[in-house]
Amino acid sequence: MIADILFFMFASILLAGSLGVVLSKNPMYSVLFLVLSFFNAAGLFLLIGAEFLGLLLMMVYVGAIAVMFLFVLMTVDMTQQDDDGKRSPLFVTLVLVTGGVLLFEIIISILAGVASNTRLSEFVATQSDVQNIVQLGQVLFTNYVYPFIAVSMILLVGMVGAIVLTHRKREGALKQDISEQIGRTREESIEIVTPSLGKGIS
Amino acid sequence: MMEIFEPYFALVNQENLWELLIMVLQVVGVISPLLVCVAYLTWAERKVIASMQLRKGPTHVGWAGLGQPIADAVKLLFKENAIPANASKVVYMIAPMMVMIPAVIAWAVIPFDEGLVVADVNLGVMYLLATSALGVYGVLMAGWSSNSKYPFLGAVRTGAQMVSYEVSMGLTVLSVILMAGSMNLTEIVKAQETVWFMIPAFPMFIVFIISILAETNRAPFDLPEAEAELVAGYFTEYSSSSFALFFLGEYANMILMSAITVVLFMGGWLPPMDIAPFNWIPGFIWFFIKVAFILFIFLWSRATFPRFRYDQLMRLGWKVFLPFTLFWLVLTAGAMHVFDLV
Amino acid sequence: MLEEYFPVLIFLIIGTGISLLFTAIPFIVAERKPDSEKLSPYECGFEAFDTARKRFDVRFYLVAILFIIFDLEVAFLFPWAMAFGDIGLFGFWSMMVFLLVLTVGFIYEWKKGALEWE
Repeated sequence: MIADILFFMFASILLAGSLGVVLSKNPMYSVLFLVLSFFNAAGLFLLIGAEFLGLLLMMVYVGAIAVMFLFVLMTVDMTQQDDDGKRSPLFVTLVLVTGGVLLFEIIISILAGVASNTRLSEFVATQSDVQNIVQLGQVLFTNYVYPFIAVSMILLVGMVGAIVLTHRKREGALKQDISEQIGRTREESIEIVTPSLGKGIS
Repeated sequence: MMEIFEPYFALVNQENLWELLIMVLQVVGVISPLLVCVAYLTWAERKVIASMQLRKGPTHVGWAGLGQPIADAVKLLFKENAIPANASKVVYMIAPMMVMIPAVIAWAVIPFDEGLVVADVNLGVMYLLATSALGVYGVLMAGWSSNSKYPFLGAVRTGAQMVSYEVSMGLTVLSVILMAGSMNLTEIVKAQETVWFMIPAFPMFIVFIISILAETNRAPFDLPEAEAELVAGYFTEYSSSSFALFFLGEYANMILMSAITVVLFMGGWLPPMDIAPFNWIPGFIWFFIKVAFILFIFLWSRATFPRFRYDQLMRLGWKVFLPFTLFWLVLTAGAMHVFDLV
Repeated sequence: MLEEYFPVLIFLIIGTGISLLFTAIPFIVAERKPDSEKLSPYECGFEAFDTARKRFDVRFYLVAILFIIFDLEVAFLFPWAMAFGDIGLFGFWSMMVFLLVLTVGFIYEWKKGALEWE
């Protein structure tokens, strides 16, 4: 019962937040609304008993991915926005098709939900005593080991791609090499001389 | 139409309200001592550092300066809260709250004694990591919304710093989870009944202490507030109570991180040895003593170490801690298989 | 599940309440006399000549990307550590392969100098 109230609370904030993402003129506000949406989506996950997924959403999406968006917004120049309101027809059709497909899917799932006549409280992730994180671990690293290894490849590609795209060698920058600093010996860095009178050291 | 809402009206009965009231009282019972501790941590910091530098610290307000934190708070609250002219006002006001709120809500899962925990969740460790990841938002929002150069530079630096050390924190915590076989904080403490995890995983304990120093932006990792180069970092433009919130948030975070260290590595409420003079003292007192000890390390290192340079900070996080914690995790897992401790 | 996390919601509400209260107090009790000098962005002795929201070093973006990747790695390690006793040696080695692949990437970025700050 309380679950129902919370569901409507989380869901409505989620929807409002997503609208905010789309409608904000300032990309910074969009990202902050996105964080709000993630937060409420995590709440929905917790509500259906998927606590691992909910907290993972908080940790990975809120804690890492949205932070990256913020960094991106800070690294690009936001003072010049050359948006003249014109869009190429290809772009418009692409957006309409993608949006249409998504809308269609949402309508289908709502209809299916209404037809099956199940209450929200019946959608519960686990009924067993074993925590869902353990259940996930039991199958992910044994039955689904190939997809799991494939994930590591995807992450590797992401890592390499990020470096190739953004990393530039800088000329003239000073670097610290700690082992070199510590490895200096007395012999190679100072020399003791006894200058004779009136001649100085050459 | 009305009958749809009928069950919801039925919810509001005396029994439910009573339960809710008890829960609210529990939460207030955690938060209000926390705020007092935060206030007196600032006093303790000034006293400890003063005595390390052969000074006296605050002495005028009240006995031994004990009234000082309250005087400071009142002063800050009666100042004008200036909002810079071209700041994004809403974000500017929300940013300090975003530092304070995660530092408060994380306390929900900390066990102070056996059974003395507000929300005994299964995935307590993940909850803590998720809430501590939220802290970076306050910083980035503050730096961006001030629309001023020093806060902006400070925020980007701080963000990158907090993010870098979160990885090594996560990996350190994982070796504790492996040893305890649970992510519930109460069970992690119970798993330390024979030996505290700081002994078998001593290197991880050290890495964790250093990481929490960097995560809370404390000296020697207080680059965000490096006065010499960035004025006051991301909160340069802040004044009055918004500034106070940043301050409160930082100190609440320090206490929180100390509590996490105690739970994960120093046996939470358990006495050092389960023998006569030690186990007379109740558990939460032990918890408090241990947290105070870690907090003392925070203050001690502030009085002792010179500030890191930014490249050294990043080098330590990515090139030393990350490979080392990963190696230690594999080592722990391998050792558990070899010695059949699984 | 709900019973366990419900106190967190109360924590959230009370924490937000305290922060809001704190923010609101000076607007009620304190004198407000804004002037253009007070409200201008802080600079060392001269007028701010430019907006602060400018392009920033792209390396911070690289740090964020690398953080995401290692955060995901940690996310995969959580269920592994929890199910460690149930998945046996096979599960152990599958994670080792996963970590090995990521270590290759880590060595690559190290050698490329992506972790260097100067």
